[in-house]
Amino acid sequence: MSENEQPSPEEMQKIQYQQMVMKTKPKPPLLRNVAGAFIIGGTICTFGQALINFYKSVGLAKPEAGAATSATLVFIAAVLTGLGIYDSIAKYAGAGTIVPITGFANSIVAPALEFRREGMVFGVGQKMFTLAGPVLAFGFVSAWLVGLIYYLFS
Amino acid sequence: MDYLKAFVVGGGICVIGQLLMDLTNHKITPAHILVGFVTGGVVLSGLGLYQPVVDFAGAGATVPLPGFGHLLAQGAIEGAKTKGILGAFGGGLEASAVGVAAAVIFGYLVATVFTPRGE
Repeated sequence: MSENEQPSPEEMQKIQYQQMVMKTKPKPPLLRNVAGAFIIGGTICTFGQALINFYKSVGLAKPEAGAATSATLVFIAAVLTGLGIYDSIAKYAGAGTIVPITGFANSIVAPALEFRREGMVFGVGQKMFTLAGPVLAFGFVSAWLVGLIYYLFS
Repeated sequence: MDYLKAFVVGGGICVIGQLLMDLTNHKITPAHILVGFVTGGVVLSGLGLYQPVVDFAGAGATVPLPGFGHLLAQGAIEGAKTKGILGAFGGGLEASAVGVAAAVIFGYLVATVFTPRGE
C-alpha cells in the first residue's frame, strides 16, 4: 500500500481482521504430523512385509504373495473403516493412512458408507468411486501410455 | 532387516505425502495425494527408477500407492513385450487385478453390511 493513500475504515477493518486471524489460527503442528505419518505409515508397510513373508512361506510365488498381501491389507482397511476405527487412526497419522494401499480401500468405503441412504446403486455403488474413480482413471491411462511408449520404441 | 527397511522407506514415502499437504496449507488434498502418488509411481516405474526402491525396501515400496502405480506400469510394459499393442491395454489391469478387485469387492460389501457411524 502506498504511503499517501489512506485506507478507508472498511479496508482497515479488513486488514486488522486478517491480522487477527493470522495470529489466532493455529499453525499446523508440522513435526507432530510428520512423526505420525512416518510411524503409522511405516508400521503399515512393516505389517505388509510380514504378510509377504508369510504368504511366501506357505508357498506362493513372489507376484502372488504381493497380490495376496494387497488383498489382505485392503480387506482389513475396509473393515476398520466400516467400524470407524480407521478414521480414528487417520486423525494421528495424516498421510500415514492415506499413502499406503489401505488408504485406497478407505477412500472407497468411507464415501460409500456416507451416502448409503441414497440407495445401493446411486449411494454405495456410485459414491464408492468418488475418490477411487480418479485414481483408477489416472493410473490406467498413464500405465497404458507407458506400455504404448515401450511398444513403439523397442 | 527387511522389516526395518520396509518401515523406514514406507514411512518416508508417507512423510513426503504429509509434507506436500502441510507445506501447501492443505491446497493439496488427500484426493490429490491418492491420484498423484499412483500416477507418480507409474512414471517413476516407466523410467526404471522405482524397481530399485522395491528391490531395496520390499513392502516399504510396494504397499504405498506408488507401488500400485509400479504394478500397473510394469504390467503394461510386460504386456507390450509379450502381446504387443493389446498387451499395453491389458497388462496393467492384469497385474493389478487382484488388488483392484479386492478393493471394489470388499469396499462394496463393507459399505453394505456396516451401518454408517452417527446414525
